[in-house]
Amino acid sequence: MKDFIIPDRDFGTPASKAKEMVTLTIDGFDVTVPAGTSIMRAAAEIGISVPKLCATDSIDAFGSCRLCLVEIEGRPGTPASCTTPVAPGLKVHTQNSKLKQLRRGVMELYISDHPLDCLTCAANGDCELQDMAGAVGLRDVRYEAGENHFEVRNTSGEVNPNWIAKDDSNPYFTYDPAKCIVCSRCVRACEEVQGTFALTIEGRGFDSRVSAGMAGDNFLSSDCVSCGACVQACPTGTLQEKSVIDIGTPDRSVITTCAYCGVGCSFKAEMRGDELVRMTPYKHGKANRGHSCVKGRFAYGYASHKDRILSPMIRESINDPWKEVTWAEAMEFAAGRMKGIIAKHGRHSVGVITSSRCTNEEAYLVQKLTRAVFRNNNTDTCARVCHSPTGYGLGQTFGTSAGTQDFDSVEETDVVILIGANPTDGHPVFASRLKKRLRQGAKLIVVDPRRIDLVDSAHIKAAHHLQLTPGTNVAVVTAIAHTIVTEGLFDEEFIRTRCDWDEFQDYAEFVSDPRHSPEATQFLTGVKADELRAAARLYAKGGNGAIYYGLGVTEHSQGSTTVIGIANLAMLTGNIGRPGVGVNPLRGQNNVQGSCDMGSFPHELPGYRHVKNDSVREVFESLWGVQIDNEPGLRIPNMLDAAVEGTFKGLYCQGEDILQSDPDTKHVAAGLAAMDCVIVHDLFLNETANYAHVFFPGSSFLEKDGTFTNAERRINRVRKVMAPKQGYADWEVTQMFAQAMGADWHYTHPSQIMDEIAMLTPSFAGVSYEKLEEMGSVQWPCNEKSPEGTPLMHIDGFVRGKGKFIRTEYVATDEKTGARFPLLLTTGRILSQYNVGAQTRRTDNVVWHDEDVLEIHPHDAEVRGVRDGQFVKLASRSGETTLRAKLTDRVSPGVVYTTFHHPTTQANVITTDFSDWATNCPEYKVTAVQVSPSNGPTEWQEEYAAQAANSRRILAAE
Amino acid sequence: MSADPHAKLIYMANQISKFFETKPEAEGAAGIAAHINDFWEPRMRRHFFEVVDAGGTGLRPLVLLAAKSIRRPQPEHA
Repeated sequence: MKDFIIPDRDFGTPASKAKEMVTLTIDGFDVTVPAGTSIMRAAAEIGISVPKLCATDSIDAFGSCRLCLVEIEGRPGTPASCTTPVAPGLKVHTQNSKLKQLRRGVMELYISDHPLDCLTCAANGDCELQDMAGAVGLRDVRYEAGENHFEVRNTSGEVNPNWIAKDDSNPYFTYDPAKCIVCSRCVRACEEVQGTFALTIEGRGFDSRVSAGMAGDNFLSSDCVSCGACVQACPTGTLQEKSVIDIGTPDRSVITTCAYCGVGCSFKAEMRGDELVRMTPYKHGKANRGHSCVKGRFAYGYASHKDRILSPMIRESINDPWKEVTWAEAMEFAAGRMKGIIAKHGRHSVGVITSSRCTNEEAYLVQKLTRAVFRNNNTDTCARVCHSPTGYGLGQTFGTSAGTQDFDSVEETDVVILIGANPTDGHPVFASRLKKRLRQGAKLIVVDPRRIDLVDSAHIKAAHHLQLTPGTNVAVVTAIAHTIVTEGLFDEEFIRTRCDWDEFQDYAEFVSDPRHSPEATQFLTGVKADELRAAARLYAKGGNGAIYYGLGVTEHSQGSTTVIGIANLAMLTGNIGRPGVGVNPLRGQNNVQGSCDMGSFPHELPGYRHVKNDSVREVFESLWGVQIDNEPGLRIPNMLDAAVEGTFKGLYCQGEDILQSDPDTKHVAAGLAAMDCVIVHDLFLNETANYAHVFFPGSSFLEKDGTFTNAERRINRVRKVMAPKQGYADWEVTQMFAQAMGADWHYTHPSQIMDEIAMLTPSFAGVSYEKLEEMGSVQWPCNEKSPEGTPLMHIDGFVRGKGKFIRTEYVATDEKTGARFPLLLTTGRILSQYNVGAQTRRTDNVVWHDEDVLEIHPHDAEVRGVRDGQFVKLASRSGETTLRAKLTDRVSPGVVYTTFHHPTTQANVITTDFSDWATNCPEYKVTAVQVSPSNGPTEWQEEYAAQAANSRRILAAE
Repeated sequence: MSADPHAKLIYMANQISKFFETKPEAEGAAGIAAHINDFWEPRMRRHFFEVVDAGGTGLRPLVLLAAKSIRRPQPEHA
């Protein structure tokens, strides 16, 4: 690596976690390192870089390149320093005439089978083979060109049978076998870092080649998930980003945070001028530890997609075409309309939706806009439709909605219960870390109606898959608790010291009732009693037990009850308050945690403090200089109800596409259509914008400063690497709008907004941009008590004091199957697409998934005359749509499954408006449906497409 | 579910009730009241009291018991 970017130092082999320390001498210098450290790494610790090719510190040592040879006094031969561990008192020499000669010989052999086209190679300046040739002083290659892998034709013009053409099938990187030195770094990264096992070395000796999948596969058709780990590991130009081939090498890099899922991976945005050359995972990112997935690593092209709107637009009515205007005109128009609505219908007739994709600072300003400028509490956010039950359930039981662990915790877990989450698709980098732990021997219990990849994939097999009927989570969780309590598997010591004993006894009496036993509930849940009992015993007694869960838990009529049930399980078994355990909600969007922290919910101010508390309001009132409403505001579904009723008239919606992402599309459309002013602030003319009167163009995460907070409460910096293409960062747009509404706001940098948040919010009191520069990231609570943040919650006691056990009665959802709608539809995600797809559909990720498909069991398909790949009509009580069928036994008979990434299918026209009892989080995961063969789009799909096309017209500039 | 605001609120209140019905009656009623006070915006509570004041048809008994402790919205929120 040339120093065009200060490279992350590569220590050659992973760090040892041993406590015992060992002292040895390398080239005359003493060095003390943990036992188990390689000599190569020990040398690197004191700044001595032993030449190497097959070693890199993200994967275990392999010892194949023979370049890192050293001499050890008193030991025979020249061992490889990467595979030789340190020992007390060793005297190691990394450089002498014998080693120099050996290394030169090795390099000579490598180079004899490598093209010498360095000047035109995309890896020029970023190639370890090139660097090592220099490091060992290679000046001559004595071997004549004979049999080799890199020449297309030999000197007589005959085709070289050993030459293999470049594989361009992956949209983001190429594989050029001619440049491969068969160091196996890619194969090992695919296994050890990503855990997919898509790559292998086929053949032996001179015939060894890197191969994706089976014979006949290319990278795209293989199991490769395009995470980029192999590209990252490749020391040559063999695996190379196409963007580097197109642009050239970057000249600087900026550390920032991925804007996709809630894992919150740290990346280096590698730049040339203001052009983004590539995104590479940042080794010191504490959420991802140097790993990435196809979305964060490669799918950033949407930020410069031609569909991006770069000019503000307005229109009188949603039937008119859009008219491009200046920012000033847009602000005047929007503020005029909103002021008019407030004057006529009162201050409670308008509201906001904050974005879980924008920064903390931006979410904070949007909720401040409604509270301090509109003067109501009508603010809500995407979390309403994903993790609001987590907030309620964990708040009631533990005293805070926060997930209890950091991601590193999984490295110490012995038993994982995964409920209603599909991390290999939804949270891929966490999934890789989980798989690594499972390969080390940890046990996995999957609770999911669908056979997700983690149930059975390469070197991973779940100990138990409780394949429950959608909608019966509470019955299953309560039956697990029944088993733990009645079989005496609970941790009495923990419960007595940490929880309320009387409440435990009440709960124990409740769950011990035979009607909650696995035997009694198995006919309802579809989970066999003995399997459930075995799973319960494993979780209770298998060592450190951790529960990870996703939207398959929350998006139900009883979402909050299941979260309470999960918290009960953790308390029962004492799995709280140390590494390796805990309750871990996997959050969907990049900043859904942050948007909740920032007071986006209508009942609470930043830091989860209810608006009814006078003392809390006073703090904000004194700084903001206004009186804050003491009544809770409207949640998203309530806003839409109130709009249909005629009392809610104006909405400012930032970075959120409620028409596509929220349930019961027809109801959402009716609500939006009933409003007098809908302001959409987004990168694209999204589906919601079909009903908007004002469009504020948004800025991408590459174009602004700020912070995102990931699922482990980690506050990470987002750094501006290029100027906003439409002129302003989103926080500036909100500020301009607030000013147009009469507010006296004058922030000049997001750090000032964070300072205000810290001043007002006890759990953020210690957070500042200076602290983030210094520490890289910090997990809240961060204040005087925990100045370095809080990786683990509830260590010595629960936030609320004593942990609270709460009864969890199963109440069947009212969404029931019957003669007309005999199947249950459940929904989810796919790896390559993200949420409503607004970003990922505008990247090459569509090669993996260009339409939503309906997974249906072959038995259900057979009786309906449905064939694989055929269009089918999917109908529910709410609506109907068409999409293609995919026959698979991943789903049980009676259950069908689809994703919601594409607006043409609009899975949410099918979903109902049933919702969680406590939070109104919609019941996406259970809808009674019927499936039948179809010839084409439904009438509704055609009408929708026509309305959308009509609504997206933009008047040509005059 | 119907688009009628009353029907929807009756449904929501009863759904909340079913969770709290596993608790002793007084605690359950207090739980419902606190929940609705904390999370229901005034115009939702206004509609709720329209149902209660008309006799509470369709509401589960525990909701009716809880109604005594639910805050009536101020007229400014109407």
